[in-house]
Amino acid sequence: MHSIAHLGPRKIFGIGDFFITETVLYFWIIMAIMITFALLATRKLEEKPKGIQLVAEYIVEFVYNFTEGAMGKRNSNFSPYIGTLFIFLILGNSLGLWGLRPVTADVNTTFALAGITFFLVHYNSIKSKGIVGYFKHLSAPYPFMLPINLVGELAFPISLSFRLFGNIAGGMIIMALIFTGLDSVSESLSLSIPFFQFLIPLPANLFFDIFEPILQGFVFTMLTMVFISINNMTHEEH
Amino acid sequence: MDPKAFIIGLSALGAGFTMISAVGIGIGQGMAAAKAVEAVGRQPEAQTDIIKTMLIGQAVTETTGIFAFIIAIVLLFANPLVGLL
Repeated sequence: MHSIAHLGPRKIFGIGDFFITETVLYFWIIMAIMITFALLATRKLEEKPKGIQLVAEYIVEFVYNFTEGAMGKRNSNFSPYIGTLFIFLILGNSLGLWGLRPVTADVNTTFALAGITFFLVHYNSIKSKGIVGYFKHLSAPYPFMLPINLVGELAFPISLSFRLFGNIAGGMIIMALIFTGLDSVSESLSLSIPFFQFLIPLPANLFFDIFEPILQGFVFTMLTMVFISINNMTHEEH
Repeated sequence: MDPKAFIIGLSALGAGFTMISAVGIGIGQGMAAAKAVEAVGRQPEAQTDIIKTMLIGQAVTETTGIFAFIIAIVLLFANPLVGLL
């Protein structure tokens, strides 16, 4: 994905309005990798873990500590979802390392993820407060604030999805600009092999394809956890 | 002059002007980082919590800039104004 001329996800195959884009294909590949890893790691469980099982146990322990640190021990049943989201975001954001288009540089992906978070937040809010308590919470502190609070609640998934999309798409565009610029430099010197693309983009790769994916994955999961645990409180705990 | 060229040129200018909002985000994130450094200096044992809180605050601060950036890329790559001609 290093051309400025075509920034959107390309169609792989399909007829008319039904087609598979790059985003969907890479999403499936990441899903397959994650599922295969999970199956391989849990195939022969032993009392004393070694090899791939050790790695998997380390990841699971890290995820549980991460979730309980941010949401409290009471909400540790959210850990599987949070962990999957975190690992998926890190893998999906850093696809630029392989020269592929990042999955999350497509607003459809980020909006779907933010939609999951949105429904999780409101489902758990209703579950913990009851339907009356939920509307009481929405119309706090005064009943006439209800429309303003509703707009605020609806703005949350939009800002969450656009934050992830903007960061990753911005990084992708800057990487494409760097590669196009270096390509034109080596072309103007009429080199047959584009030497300039060899080591010069490495610092930018380090930032946009390693640091930024981890940071944005952390931010997305952290905001998800914070909003779920805020809305999960009953009024006595406030 | 071709009206399409005029619109595209002004859109490119507008995209550039939109990104002026990055100034505000830079100042805001820098202030958050400065306060976090102060807090770590005062309480070094709370470093992980402070960094976590700082990153979340900075991510929320960034939102306005991300919206500006999205307006800029829409103006550059998916210009809705050319179709209005």
